[in-house]
Amino acid sequence: MSAASGPEIERLIQLLAKLPGLGSRSARRAALYMLQKREALMEPLAAAIQEAADKIRPCGECGNLDVSDPCAICRSPGRDITSICVVESVGDLWALERAGAFRGRYHVLGGVLSALDGVGPDQLNIPKLLERAGREDTQEIILALNATVDGQTTAHYISDKLEHAGVGVTSLARGVPVGGELDYLDEGTLSAAFKSRR
Amino acid sequence: MEWSDVARILAVRPHGETSAIVDILTPSQGRHAGLVRGGRSKSQRPVLQAGNRVHVTWRARLADQLGNFQIEPDHLSAGALMEDPLALSGLNAACALSVLSLPEREVHRAVYDAFEVLIETLNDPDIWPALYVRWEAGLLSDLGYGLDLKRCAVTGVEDDLSHVSPRTGRAVCSHEAEPYRDKLLALPGFLKGLGDVNEGDIGAGLALTGHFLERRVLWPTDRVLPEARHLMQDRLERAGRL
Repeated sequence: MSAASGPEIERLIQLLAKLPGLGSRSARRAALYMLQKREALMEPLAAAIQEAADKIRPCGECGNLDVSDPCAICRSPGRDITSICVVESVGDLWALERAGAFRGRYHVLGGVLSALDGVGPDQLNIPKLLERAGREDTQEIILALNATVDGQTTAHYISDKLEHAGVGVTSLARGVPVGGELDYLDEGTLSAAFKSRR
Repeated sequence: MEWSDVARILAVRPHGETSAIVDILTPSQGRHAGLVRGGRSKSQRPVLQAGNRVHVTWRARLADQLGNFQIEPDHLSAGALMEDPLALSGLNAACALSVLSLPEREVHRAVYDAFEVLIETLNDPDIWPALYVRWEAGLLSDLGYGLDLKRCAVTGVEDDLSHVSPRTGRAVCSHEAEPYRDKLLALPGFLKGLGDVNEGDIGAGLALTGHFLERRVLWPTDRVLPEARHLMQDRLERAGRL
């Protein structure tokens, strides 16, 4: 392959192969496809990537990614300013936005506490959250963190830190997912579902 | 190469997009790592949580390869502990310390058995802090750095042991300890198997085992006690259980 193609194509393939979902074989196919659709796909894609790299920045308020700082969600007057939903990553924020279940503002932590990976409170966007929680208009902090050991350890840590902040701290419920069959659920989910029955 | 055993999950690290490298503690193989293909899938993620007990089969072409794990759930304890911050802190501390201190593929049956009991009692805050301290003392002992708490290092008497020398790990009776009290580590009665856990015993026990774990097990390999253990200590203190 390397003899048949120049270093530019090789570099393109290597970079594409680093994207999630792409291995070297699929990266090669994607590179070839783009080269064949140079005007219709490759040049607009390159321009879009360049523009995104130039303009998109993390929001200084919540950690979301947007072209403006504060981001569109933080600036939106239609959003409920009294509640902040804490999520692990921007991907989680996008998932909640897709669901349309929450109309308040977000706070992206940028990870979760992990003793083994050396992720401590200082590596996360927690000080800014504490500052936001201390503001007069904030009434509720919703901890929408993953139901994993690390996610819940982080949730408990944040709850402790917010103990004296004068805001309500809530967490997402855990239980049977839509379309879930009891037969296939793990013990932890089943017991959590029973505890929070209504 | 192949073996099967029951195991407790200690740690899970993502590997690539779909797989995970999982650290487990087993009775017959000690601490062991392996690759779980599809370990980040929806069906595997609830199983691959620290503290869960699983049935594991390890396969590799050669003995020194990482190898692949096939994991089936046995008893998923982690989910039930997630609601309780105190229990979760104990689970995190025990798992993190196991990963840091236990050499890979070295059998420590007693450590596994005590770990099993500890995890199963984490829902009872009256019991597990003392068990945790005992587990750490057992860990030290199994690694070859056991504390000598049978008799006084100075007089040889077996009664009234109140302190431990921070240098030798040997017990000292209260009479001999008196002039050096501020330099010695307090020995809680429950570690000698005497009586109930009194106020201050858990804190003293954690200080004692933490001192020797750090100096004898972790420092020689340029490591320190895990952050999870400090968080557990903070939480126990706030709950008034030290």
